[in-house]
Amino acid sequence: MKRVFPLLGGLTAVLLSYALYQALVVAPTDQLQGDVYRIIYYHVPSAWTAFVLFFVNFVASIVYLIRRSAKADMIALVTAEVGVVFCTVVLVTGPIWARPVWGIWWTWDLRLTLTLVMWLIYVSYLMLRRFSSSGQTPVMAAVLAVFGALDMPLVYFSIWYFRTQHPSPVIGGGGSIDPVMLRVWMINWAAFLCFALMVCWSRYRLERLQREVEEMQALESMIEPRSAR
Amino acid sequence: MSMLSGIAAATLSKDLRLEWRSKDAINSMLFFALLVVVIFSFSFNPTAEESRRIAGGLVWVAFLFAAVVALNQTWARELRNQVLDAYRVSPAPANALFLAKAFGNFIFVSVLEALMTPLFIVFYSLRALGPVWQLIPVAVLGTWALVVNGTFFAAMSLRTRSREIMLPLLLFPISIPALLAMVEATSAILTGEVSAKFWIVLLVAYDVVFTTGCLLLFETVLHAE
Amino acid sequence: MSDSNTATAPPVIVINDLVKHFGRFAALRGLTASFDAARIYTILGDNGAGKTTLLRALAGLVRPTRGCISMLGTTDLSSVRPQFGYMAHPSFLYDEMSGMENLRYFARLYGIEDDQRCAKTIARVGLDPELRRPIGQYSQGMRQRMSLARALLHDPRLLLLDEPFSNVDVSSAREMAKLLTEMRDAGKTILVVTHQAQLLEGAADEFVWMQAGQIVDRTQDLQPLRSLWQGQDPHTGGAEER
Repeated sequence: MKRVFPLLGGLTAVLLSYALYQALVVAPTDQLQGDVYRIIYYHVPSAWTAFVLFFVNFVASIVYLIRRSAKADMIALVTAEVGVVFCTVVLVTGPIWARPVWGIWWTWDLRLTLTLVMWLIYVSYLMLRRFSSSGQTPVMAAVLAVFGALDMPLVYFSIWYFRTQHPSPVIGGGGSIDPVMLRVWMINWAAFLCFALMVCWSRYRLERLQREVEEMQALESMIEPRSAR
Repeated sequence: MSMLSGIAAATLSKDLRLEWRSKDAINSMLFFALLVVVIFSFSFNPTAEESRRIAGGLVWVAFLFAAVVALNQTWARELRNQVLDAYRVSPAPANALFLAKAFGNFIFVSVLEALMTPLFIVFYSLRALGPVWQLIPVAVLGTWALVVNGTFFAAMSLRTRSREIMLPLLLFPISIPALLAMVEATSAILTGEVSAKFWIVLLVAYDVVFTTGCLLLFETVLHAE
Repeated sequence: MSDSNTATAPPVIVINDLVKHFGRFAALRGLTASFDAARIYTILGDNGAGKTTLLRALAGLVRPTRGCISMLGTTDLSSVRPQFGYMAHPSFLYDEMSGMENLRYFARLYGIEDDQRCAKTIARVGLDPELRRPIGQYSQGMRQRMSLARALLHDPRLLLLDEPFSNVDVSSAREMAKLLTEMRDAGKTILVVTHQAQLLEGAADEFVWMQAGQIVDRTQDLQPLRSLWQGQDPHTGGAEER
């Protein structure tokens, strides 16, 4: 295990550099938008990564509810934290891109709005984890994650229909996808996934260590009446 | 099954009786609802034409805020003297408690809505151009959507720090599709320009999904620590 | 108080290596014990010894970090809920309702729809079932007694009482102690956590001393424990002994 992590780190560094090169140099310049559009190589793969992480969170939460395994709880925690970061990247790059190209800061674009709602749900998840009493946190968080996941299809359909009633620009354009663009997307996505895995893994180790320390402190705590609580 | 409904009914009638006895809660809620309508009316002052377009949004946001205050209240009673623990050690099924609280909240919030609606109609000179009867399923389904999740999240928030702010933090994001549906349906009915059918179906789906989710998971939440 | 007739009966509660952590604080550290039927056990110890946590774990209100509890022959504590009654320092009653109204509601939770039974239980703890006054206006002693009535309502085999005598006047406390003795003689098992052990001195079958999340001693007699108290600890500070 100890050897795999530096290897993963190395691989991630290589992939990220290669992906950056692909995005900024190799990919063709768009006729209409110029070079600004290259932000899409961060915007879209971040969104895909966020979705993957939240899917893992959902699965881990269900596993926790069935088996009450501390490992599942920790995986749910780290994927939520890292997922929120990637969501934030999507929500920041979206307006940065939209402004010069379409002249507006925001649009109720399907993917962007879905990401916003997902971001809100997971931030509320992290707040619940922080504010609940420590014994209950894993169960409550897992339940909220399940509710969030149940919500997503409903969010999708409601926004999709809303857009048919109130049309507005689509960020990222529809239409056919240039195979070269697709390839650059995939490379970036692979790089982001490796990076996400690395960060999740570090966070997981940190969390596990913290819990082990807490348990040891509990076992060794001096006999103090009225202590700690 | 009859034990569940019997206990739910007993709990609901107990709650209604307690609510009636401490009327200050009801009175302050009603006054709060009135204030919300007035403040909204001062803040958004459209013409009759425009008002039909935005009234849907205004009304439901106002209901949402009033509902949150009501929802926080109803579990507070179970915390005094830790009565909730007495329920937890009894063999009574968790869902009976949930259903009783949810129905109680539904009644409570419906009363608030019944008070606020005529006021909105007056302040905004509202008149529906579409099929008015459709407002009833929208109101019922929409209120249930807010109340079912609101009751559940209020129970989840009971033992958190900053209990009262936790409820809206959890409720608002998850309610977004339902809110969108309620607002769009109401606007569609008021303006008469498009059909509200899709939104009503979406509300039905939302209500079914989350009522099932709440019933399946409430026991877990009640007995957590 | 005899051990001959309980030698063949299986223990009502069997606890094995029970551990409970609240974050960095270990409330119970590997507690192992068994409790037999038709006895009164008095559980004593300093604040923070884990007595309340133990009772809450038995009542199913707290989930153990590790370890096993078997009650009335099963490890599924939720299945035996009708068979035990739990009482603690908060009254577990609605302040705005009268005694009968409260008990009627809680009886419903146990599937009991008989008003007579509620009235009899209230009378048994020495209160008036006809009293319409809301519980919030009762004295502390009356409230504790009503809380005990709530715990007894469904005629449980096992009673878990956490500080039933605290802030209760002496005569009410003595009445409650007498009632507990009657219940024990009728075959019920009673676990009482209290700082006022002298109230149960004649009645209790066994005194269980807890410290730092474990049971350190079990005696039939209060005397050795009394000297243990008066000897040492600034922590006990005489709070229990007034």
